[in-house]
This record gives sequence, C-alpha cells and structure tokens, in this order.
Amino acid sequence: MALRLAREGGHPKPKADQSHSPLAIRGLTVSYGEKPAIFSVDMTVEPGAMTAIIGPNGAGKSTLLKAALGVVKPLSGTVTCWGAPLAKMRARIAYMPQRASVDWDFPTRVIDVVLMGMQRELGLLGRVRTSHLERAMSCLSRVGMEGFADRQIGQLSGGQQQRVFLARALAQEADLYLLDEPFAGVDAATEKAIIAVLKDLKAKGKTVVAVHHDLSTVRDYFDRVFLINTHKVAEGPVATTFTEDTLQSAYGGRLANLPKGAVG
Amino acid sequence: MGEEFVALSLPPMLIGICAAVACALPGNFLLLRRQALIGDAISHVVLPGIVVAFLVTGIIAALPMMLGAGAAALVAVALIEVIRRLGKIEPGAAMGVVFTAMFAGGVLLLEQSDTSDVHLDVQHALYGNLESLIWLDAFGWSSLFDWAALKGLPPELPRMAATLAFVSGFTWVFWRPLKISSFDEGFARTVGLPTGVLGLSLVVVAAIAAVAAFDAVGSIIVIAMFICPPAAARLMTNRLEVQVAWSVGFATLSAILGYVLAGYGPLWLGFDDAVSAAGMIATVSGVILGLAALFGPERAPMGAPAEG
Amino acid sequence: MIWEALFLQLGYNATLVTIGAALLGMAAGATGVFLFLGKRALVSDAISHATLPGVGLAFIVMVLLGGDGRSLPGLLFGSALSAGLGLLCVSWLTRATRLSEDAAIGAVLSVFFGFGIVLLTVIQSMTAGRQAGLETFLLGSTAGMLWDDAVIIALGGAAVLALVVLLRRPMAAVAFDPEYIAASGGDVRRIELAMMGLAMAITVVGLKVVGLILIVALLIIPAVAARFWSERVGRVVVIAGALGGASGWIGAGLSATAPNLPTGPIIVLVAFALFLVSLLLAPGRGVLAAALRHRRFQRRVHLRQGLLALAQGQPIYEGLTLRLMRAAGHLRADGVATETGRAQAARALLDERRWHLLRSNPRHEAAAARYDGLTPLERVLTPDQIEELDRELRPEGIT
Repeated sequence: MALRLAREGGHPKPKADQSHSPLAIRGLTVSYGEKPAIFSVDMTVEPGAMTAIIGPNGAGKSTLLKAALGVVKPLSGTVTCWGAPLAKMRARIAYMPQRASVDWDFPTRVIDVVLMGMQRELGLLGRVRTSHLERAMSCLSRVGMEGFADRQIGQLSGGQQQRVFLARALAQEADLYLLDEPFAGVDAATEKAIIAVLKDLKAKGKTVVAVHHDLSTVRDYFDRVFLINTHKVAEGPVATTFTEDTLQSAYGGRLANLPKGAVG
Repeated sequence: MGEEFVALSLPPMLIGICAAVACALPGNFLLLRRQALIGDAISHVVLPGIVVAFLVTGIIAALPMMLGAGAAALVAVALIEVIRRLGKIEPGAAMGVVFTAMFAGGVLLLEQSDTSDVHLDVQHALYGNLESLIWLDAFGWSSLFDWAALKGLPPELPRMAATLAFVSGFTWVFWRPLKISSFDEGFARTVGLPTGVLGLSLVVVAAIAAVAAFDAVGSIIVIAMFICPPAAARLMTNRLEVQVAWSVGFATLSAILGYVLAGYGPLWLGFDDAVSAAGMIATVSGVILGLAALFGPERAPMGAPAEG
Repeated sequence: MIWEALFLQLGYNATLVTIGAALLGMAAGATGVFLFLGKRALVSDAISHATLPGVGLAFIVMVLLGGDGRSLPGLLFGSALSAGLGLLCVSWLTRATRLSEDAAIGAVLSVFFGFGIVLLTVIQSMTAGRQAGLETFLLGSTAGMLWDDAVIIALGGAAVLALVVLLRRPMAAVAFDPEYIAASGGDVRRIELAMMGLAMAITVVGLKVVGLILIVALLIIPAVAARFWSERVGRVVVIAGALGGASGWIGAGLSATAPNLPTGPIIVLVAFALFLVSLLLAPGRGVLAAALRHRRFQRRVHLRQGLLALAQGQPIYEGLTLRLMRAAGHLRADGVATETGRAQAARALLDERRWHLLRSNPRHEAAAARYDGLTPLERVLTPDQIEELDRELRPEGIT
C-alpha cells in the first residue's frame, strides 16, 4: 500500500479543487507555550456560505482565526485563500476582531475607525475624498450607527462599538469576512442589526465565517458549522453536521441541556 | 529689543522650539502606544554614546558625539527588544535593565578617560547649554537677510531645523499607518500593514530627534518634551489630529516661556545670573501638564462602556 | 589584591564599605522585586529623579539659615520630601486623568529633574563652587565611600531589609492582583505606599554613593535576574536579595583594588553580568533551557502529526515533518512508511481515538483535562481503565 506523500521539500500542494475555497487550512497547529491551542486542524470554507465555528471555551476558536490571518504565529500548517497564500489575498479578506483588543481611550472618532477599513486603497498618501466619507457613512448606516459618526469611540456602549467594528469590516469591501464572536455580549437590537448585515452579505455572494458561542441560534443564522475542540471535530452543512452526536463529541458531555429545538 | 534680541535670544529660542516640537511629534504616538518611557531609556544612553565617541575619536566635536549617541540609542533599542523577547520580561523592566547598565558603563569609561587632558563636560550632556548658542555675527533683524551673517549662525540651529523637518515629514507621510497600528495592531496586520517595521521606525525617528536635541537641551530634558506636551494635549481633545496640533502648541509655548523665564526671570527677581534654560523649559511643560490635568476638557479617565 | 578585597582583608574602611554595599544591594534587590512584579519597575526611576529638587532646595534653605549647605542628613531629608511629592503626583495623574502610569512616571521624572537642574544652576550662581559636592548625587561619588556614607548605607540597608521581610506577604499579594485584595477588604493604598516608601528609602540611602541614576539599577536588575530562577515569590525575593548583595560585595571589592574604579558603576555592571548569566543559563526560564524545550516540543508535535497523517492515509506536506519522520525511522528515504513507522502510526491513531472518546465522556472530565495532544493515554489512565475504553471503541474497529 503506497501512501500518497508530498514530494521532496514538502511544499504545500493544495489540491486543484481548493482554488475555489476562500479559505483552506491544512494541518494548522498553534501552541501557547507548551499547551496546544489547536492541533493539526484542517478546514475548507465553502464560497458564499455562512459558516459558524463552534466549540467549548478554550477550544481554540479565536486562535484558529488569528492563526489563519497571521496575527498569531502557528507552529505548523498552511493557509490558502482561493488557492493562493493568504498574504497575497489580503485585499479580499476583512477581519472583525473580538472587542477587547483596543484602547477605548484612543483619540479617534467612529467615522475615523470606519475609514481605517479603507486603508489598503488609500495607501500612504492618498487623500480621504468625499467619496470615501460617503462610503464610510453608508457602512455606518448599514449597521445603524450613522448618527454616531462624530463620537469618540469610548463614549459608545458595547453593542455600539461592536457595530462600528463591523462597519469597518464592511468598508473593506472584501469577499471573505472573518468575524470573531460578533454577537458576544451585545443587546438584542444589536444582534438583529448584525445578523441582518451578514445575511445581506450572503445575498451578495460574499463568504462569512464567524466564531459563534450561542448554540441556540446556529440553525437560524448559519448554513454550515465547523466544530472544534483543539482538534477538528466535524465540518459540514448544519442539517447533517449540527447534531447531538457531534455536539457531544465537541463539548465532551459538558452540555448539560442542549437548547430545545436547536438540534435535529 | 532689536540687535540684542536677534543676536542673543532669537537663535536659542528657535533652537529650543525646534527641539521641543521635534520631540513632541513622535511623543504623541509613543504615548498612545504606552511606550512613553523609551524616551527615558534613549536619553540615558546618550552619555555612554558620547563617551565612546570621544574615546574612539579623541576629539570633542558635534558630529562624532551625535553619531556616538545615535549608535548608543540604536544599540539600546535593539538590546531592549532582545531582552524583552528572550526573557519574556515586561517592557519597562527590560528598559530599566538595559539603560542603567549602559549608563553605568558610560560613567565607568568616563572616569577612566578623565585622566587625559581633555575634559568631557558631563553636565552639558545631561542638561545642555541652550543659552550659549548665540549668533555673534548678527546686527539686528536685517541680519536675517545677510548671507555673510547667516553663515555665522550657531550650527545647532540649521541642524535642529532640519531634524524638525525630517520628523514632521515622517509624521505626515506615515500618519495613517501609525494611527491604525497604534489603535488596533491586530487589525493593522490583517490589512497588510508592516506593524513591526512601523513600530521600529517610530522609535528610530524618536531617537534621531532625541540625539539632535541633546546637544542643545541635554538628554534628560528631552524626556520632558517627549511626554509632557503630548500628555497635556491628550487631555484637551478626543481627536488625534487635534491632539498633535495642541502638542505642537504646548511644546512651542514651553520653549518660549521656559527660555524667557530662565533668562529674564532672575533679573526680574533681582538676581544677576540666569538659570538653566533647559531645566526651565521642562518645568514649564510640567506646569502646563498640571494645568491640563486640572482643567483640561477631556481629562477624565474613561470608565467601562455602558452595557448594551 | 582582588581576593583580599573580597575576603575583607583590606582594612577596616574597605571592609565596612564592602559590607555596606552588600547590605544596600540586598535591600535594593529584595525591594525591587515587588515593584517589578507589579509591572512598575520604572517608578524607581521617577523616585530617584524626583529627589533632585529636594536636594537643591534643602541646600538653599540650609545656606540661607546660615549653615553648611552640604550637611548630609539635611540633603537626604530634602530628597525624601521631594521624592515623596513626586510619588504623589504620579499617583494623582494616574488616578485623576486618562493618562497611563508610564506617562505619569515619565512626566514626573523629567519635570522634577528639570526643576532640580534649575535649582542647581541657582546654587551655582549663589555659591560659585561650593556646590561641587552636589554633583556626586547625579553620578555617585567617585572617590569611593567614606566612613559616614558607609554607616548610613549599612544601617539604612539593614532597616529596609527588615521591613521587606516583615511586609513581604501583603506586598506580594498587592503586586500580583491589587483588585482582588481591595475586594477582599485589604488596604491596597497603604501597602502600595509602603512599597514605594521602601523604594524611596533605598534611593535616599544609596543616593550619595551610587548616584541617583544608578540606584535605579540596583532596584531593577537583581529583581529581574532573580525572576529567572524561581516561580515562587518568596524565593524570588530571597534570590534577588542574594544577587543584589553579591553585586554590592563583589563590586565594592573590585573598586577597592584600583583608584580609578568608581564604586557605583562597578556594582551595577556586576549586577548586569549576573543578570546575563541568569537570562541565558537559568534552568527554568533561561533562554537556553527554553530554546531546548521549544525544539523538543516542536519535534514531538510534528512527529505526532506525521504519524497521525500516516495512519489515516493523508499526505504530509511539511518539510520538517518529513525530515523528522525519516530521522526517527518511521519513513524510508523515498517517503514510504517502514514497518515500525506503520506500527507507531497505528498506535498514535489508537491513542488519539482513545483520547477523543475520553474527552467526549463527562465521567472522565478530570482525566480529560490533562489532554495536551501529545501525552499518551497510558500515562494518565490505568490499564483497566484503558481496557474499558477500548471495549467502547471496538465497534469502530481499532486498527
């Protein structure tokens, strides 16, 4: 039995059919110190789908996104976007981080934060024209924050800050959106606003991948799931993959009560 | 206030202003990135830098001293980064280890070299001699247009002006990347900004400003210029552009007021001699900061954002 | 001569200087740990620079009152007052404004020092030459220690050391998690004040001999060096004291051997050398040890991943994985698996499946917590337990 192994040199050879995948991850391992956060994870994102990354606390969900984007350095693994290395495709990828990572005291207004999303096209010396401002304002109105354009970001509530960061991601006009816990700790109105934006993105053919913590809304919001608990547990459409078995596998029996009606 | 002013007061004042603003500009970003104390580290390693330059070249002149100071600043920044990463030590402690050890090395070398004839003026290195940077060739305001007289300008003035131009240019060109990477480094990386290089460049530019300024105002005072005008400005506004503008204003005000108070203050109080201009500039910038801390419109610390 | 110096054979004076320096170093090292652990190592820089205006003012006041401006107790008292004021300013700026602590430290450091320089120039014009002694406060005394200095240092150092030992537990707790202590009803402000007070005492005591810029070194370097040797606060404090004391002892001894070697810088450089040794060679957190550990870890991870890929018939992409697999004898040179390789791969897969089952079952939660992707299950469960697990696995087939 001959095993298929890569040629000498071991350069990653993505299979031909991965060139359509907006994000293909192979063998990604990340460790903090000597504890592996994620171990040899493979993932293939389907274009145009809304995928939820779910798993228990500490399963490595955020780490998976950050390592894929190069924010954190992995121990091993390859990441390709539409068949090319991620570093070359940054113009088509937008990232919305978890809220905690910024200094809320920073002297910047809501509209400035959204304009940061246009950094790639503005470049070093490009001037911010009226067209940029108009686009930024329209991103803000898509998340319902157009009235706050002039406010300093520390003056907003948690849900409002979340929406501003989503607006920043929208301003990047990307094809792949990677969101880290977009619904964490927000009020119901904000959650409705965000999911409306995401569904709108999907309607336009964009791909959305979100780390998600609330199992009861997976069926309503997402088409596909990716279950992870340091290792990949399962990946596939919600109907077939979001089942009691896979959840038990991922959560290790820590799910005392599965949300009613949430699982088939 | 004619001839005498142009010859005796104008150049030092201008040098002071250029030094203050050249430090305040990068200081804004250092402050926001919680790297304010890198100015502390750089200022302290200037001493060993100039001692080594003196030992190597055997002369006391501006260029070798500045090169020595610059080299020392770069060595310090590199060592701090290495120690910080290798030892997983917090930045403040890493800075403290490196610059105090380098300073000790500088003092030791200084003592060894003191046996020779030439004397290295340590005080000058620490707090400069702004008052002495006068323009003897000037004969009043008309000298500003007299090429022959202009050639007699103290060399520190064109040097400091050029540094200010460079620092201003850097701030202008890299304004947006600096702002974005200082605000949200993870996001900056995902849009492809080279955050590591940017951070390093900022520190290098700050070091250039510090080295150029130390010759005029001494190394320790430079820290005041890195921190106090930007800190005071931070308490005045919520917008970065406005903060930088305020910091330039405060730096200029500190330089002018400090110089005037140092030179004329004692005279007004009935004493003969002036006091250290550099020290007074630092003190004035501190008073401005104190006033901003008491009355600035945006001084209040941010609480946690409201729920919802 | 160096050995005589180190073994206190050089005479009464030199002996006292050595003991005094060692005591100062010990006290500084121990005190510095609490500042370092609280992530405010550079507060000591602010404290030391803030002493300058106090020294200047004390000098002026004493001269105006008709006395000798250079009376040491008076100068030290002045230095303590202004350092205390500086600390209050740092704390006020941090609390009352949106400025961060490092900004407050830098502001106080530079402004107080600047004002001190102004006062120094006032003194210069006042007394034209009599203030020469004041400059030793900046760089330390170059002539080596005098009897008076040594006595102050020895007594001061010993006193601070005693207080550090007394207050070590509350100070450690506050340095680590002040919010928790406050929530549990502890008086955080008073303990922090005590910490700063001790740092200030060290600064004042060491000011004249080591100089204000180098006393900071003694408060920081031994503490940082000691951190590499232990994870327990109590031990770190002791080690820092030992390192500081050693630096003082050796440094004073070295500087006694030659006329041109000022005490302060030599002590600091000895401390730095000890720091480098700690950084590189300490067994736990040292660089060498960490690098070796990381490499070992990386190899284990890659081998594990390679074996699992082998067992599941998946291609291996990474060059490092292939090299390690070949070196371990799991793969032949042409990339085909060896007998032992296949056996190891099967074992790895079995282990993986067992772990997966274990982690899915709430009954085994305690054991599941020990999962790290690499430890074989045999090390965690007894053979009976593993057999039980295997029975659950059997329906899927084990090979």
